[in-house]
Amino acid sequence: MSVANTFSNDQVLLTIPMLPDMELAAANLASFIAESMSFSDEQIEEIQYAMIESCINAFEHSRSPDQNVFIEYIIRADELEFKITDQGVGFSPENRPVRQNGQQDLYPEMRKRGWGLEIIHALMDKVDIRSGENGTTISMVKKKTNEGS
Amino acid sequence: MANKFDINIRAEQEYAVLETEGYLNDALGEQLSQKAQDLIEKGYTQLVINLAKTALINSIGISILIEIIEALDEREGTLNFCGLSATQERTFRMMAIAKYAGIFPDEKTAVADFQ
Repeated sequence: MSVANTFSNDQVLLTIPMLPDMELAAANLASFIAESMSFSDEQIEEIQYAMIESCINAFEHSRSPDQNVFIEYIIRADELEFKITDQGVGFSPENRPVRQNGQQDLYPEMRKRGWGLEIIHALMDKVDIRSGENGTTISMVKKKTNEGS
Repeated sequence: MANKFDINIRAEQEYAVLETEGYLNDALGEQLSQKAQDLIEKGYTQLVINLAKTALINSIGISILIEIIEALDEREGTLNFCGLSATQERTFRMMAIAKYAGIFPDEKTAVADFQ
């Protein structure tokens, strides 16, 4: 496992190779940090799911030559920000398939896949995707709620 | 990174329960799909998937669950889920799975739905 952790005041950096289940390493670290900040159990779970989908998105679609995903965990007083970066070919977030909740047909193949970004948007408070020919960065923020304190 | 997973099957006369343990990704999903398909081929049309011991699921795993729903639907069968966490249930509802499969808090209520 080629993982480098660097602690720097309010930032943690993690590099994971694009190998099966490595998204769990990113999700587990996110869980550890969120738990230490007293996020609620439900919020921690939401963060884990969003992190898993962000990593899988990079694994599956980036075609990154270095086959690594770089993750920043930015710790603030009342929120956590995650930046998931790959150095792949990029994509157009505007062109992602959009579905209306609960109104889609059960059977078309597209329905089974392509949910990752929608799950991320649903579970996080703020999501920003920057993508170009040098790669993609998904930034996502989870704010700590009062219930989680 | 080792992802330990397992699937336990409890087959009764009228229904069968598949209980997953571990991260439900493509690997566990494919195993689950195969076991569900085996049960369907044996004539079972009422299945419960108990996710109480599965803390995390990714979207690939969920896509395989949809395939099981479709396979059962072809036999006019029913799939009920139980043991979902709040986030899992929210995700399932967002993906419209709740329209085509039952979601129950525990195995007892999921099985009772078949009566």
